[in-house]
Amino acid sequence: MSTAIQTISLQHNRITLALHQLREGSGRPLLLLHGLGENAVNIASLPLSWAGPVWALDFTGHGASTVPNGGGYSAEILMADVDVALRYLGEATVLGRGLGGYIAFLIAGARPSLVRGAVIVDGPGLTGGSIHATSSSEISVAGPRVGQAPDPWALIELSRDARPPNYAVTFTHLAVAGSGIDDPIAVTCKVSPPWIEAIKAEAGVMTDITMQDALDIYAAI
Amino acid sequence: MSTDTRTYPGARQPDRFRQVNADNVGIAVYEWGRESDPVVFLVHGGSDFARTFDVFGPLIADAGWRVVTWDHRGHGDSDYAAMYSWDADIRDALAVMTSTTHAPAPVVAHSKGGALMMQLIEASPYRASRMVNIDGMPSKRRMPDVPDHDQTRLMANEIGSWLDNRHNAATAIRKPGTLVDLAARRAKMNPRLSIEWLEYLVTVGARHEADGWRWKLDPSMRFGGFGPWRPEWSALRMASLPIPFLGLLGTVDEPMGWGARARDVLPWIPQGGRLEVLEDIGHFIHIEDPQRVSKLVLDFLS
Repeated sequence: MSTAIQTISLQHNRITLALHQLREGSGRPLLLLHGLGENAVNIASLPLSWAGPVWALDFTGHGASTVPNGGGYSAEILMADVDVALRYLGEATVLGRGLGGYIAFLIAGARPSLVRGAVIVDGPGLTGGSIHATSSSEISVAGPRVGQAPDPWALIELSRDARPPNYAVTFTHLAVAGSGIDDPIAVTCKVSPPWIEAIKAEAGVMTDITMQDALDIYAAI
Repeated sequence: MSTDTRTYPGARQPDRFRQVNADNVGIAVYEWGRESDPVVFLVHGGSDFARTFDVFGPLIADAGWRVVTWDHRGHGDSDYAAMYSWDADIRDALAVMTSTTHAPAPVVAHSKGGALMMQLIEASPYRASRMVNIDGMPSKRRMPDVPDHDQTRLMANEIGSWLDNRHNAATAIRKPGTLVDLAARRAKMNPRLSIEWLEYLVTVGARHEADGWRWKLDPSMRFGGFGPWRPEWSALRMASLPIPFLGLLGTVDEPMGWGARARDVLPWIPQGGRLEVLEDIGHFIHIEDPQRVSKLVLDFLS
């Protein structure tokens, strides 16, 4: 990645993840998560101010991370990608665009003691799939780009993964209960799918706030 | 008897073995019966493998069926994958079905395999002509007496434990043991199955290596888990099935069972379908009583 100071390889089961350091700095790291079909290069251009080091992760099947055979993607697996990155970085503030915003939100609930604020920003894959049971599609081949990043299976599976509002609300409760932060989630996006609508109504979620203002609040924690 | 071989009454190794390429994941496929006979698909459950049909499969084949079954990815002799999901399992199933026939065929599926096949058939009804679901019908029961704040704590522990497991998955290896050791370990999950059967399963579901036997199941896989999926979604799919349907349910709870009761399942049985409740039998209905279940299935298929 041309804009990275360094790239670290981390192992998540059979996947080698690429974690790129974009900027140096002192203090808590900021971890950037890209949207569906993007990679760390795309989110590196996001205009933001952060005093600490800035890192960006390529999710499984994206950027310089492994593209596995046979798909099987879920938001929870990508959340585990981020957990592997956090084990390397330690406590961090996490900002995600699109799909990365949903993953940032999930990891804030799953590892509340490590995530010092999660910022959700508009981008590809923010909405996800249905909020309830739907008919499956008989998609059994992913086309000629199989094996290349972004993995076509990632694009297929992570654009239709279920995101029920009550599931999202549970992660909000986990973030609030475990982080010790008054408002551990910041919703800065204009797009508001049902899972976002549901969490906006919960305590511990900042709304009507800009991305930079949210980062400034979390930087001060 | 040698220390590393076992036989079991009625158990018969498959007549044919082949491998199907499911988007670069190798799926091990097994068959009993004449290739010219009508096809029936058998589908195993989670943490199981196709050779658990070594008694039940031949009983169906001997009645004039070409029995086709396969190891799900990460199970038995199929490839390990980097990721596992229901959608991926369904794609693998479609690859096996397509490699066998384009005509609709009956499906007999156990436990998680039953829920997978209900999803596949609801999406692709032209693939199946009939379905037998062996204790793979969902229950909505979920810790009704646990307060909300404790539910949240339990989920936090579950997610944290799952994530910790992901960190160690890359280097996880199954614990080796003697054939008897592995059967004894499995008996904790299959308490109603005879030790003779479980020892036989070791010989077809585990690998004998220099330091002992190891189950073939991908060590990175973890029993249970969490996610947005809700049991009632499977119920909705079951109610939508447009083909003749037979559900089989035992009455004795087991560690690998779904805890479903007839009262949970009956409202969702598809129109024209039926539910048979077998008393004093556990989750592995077709293994505990293969003669009785094969007769029920063959009657239904005929």
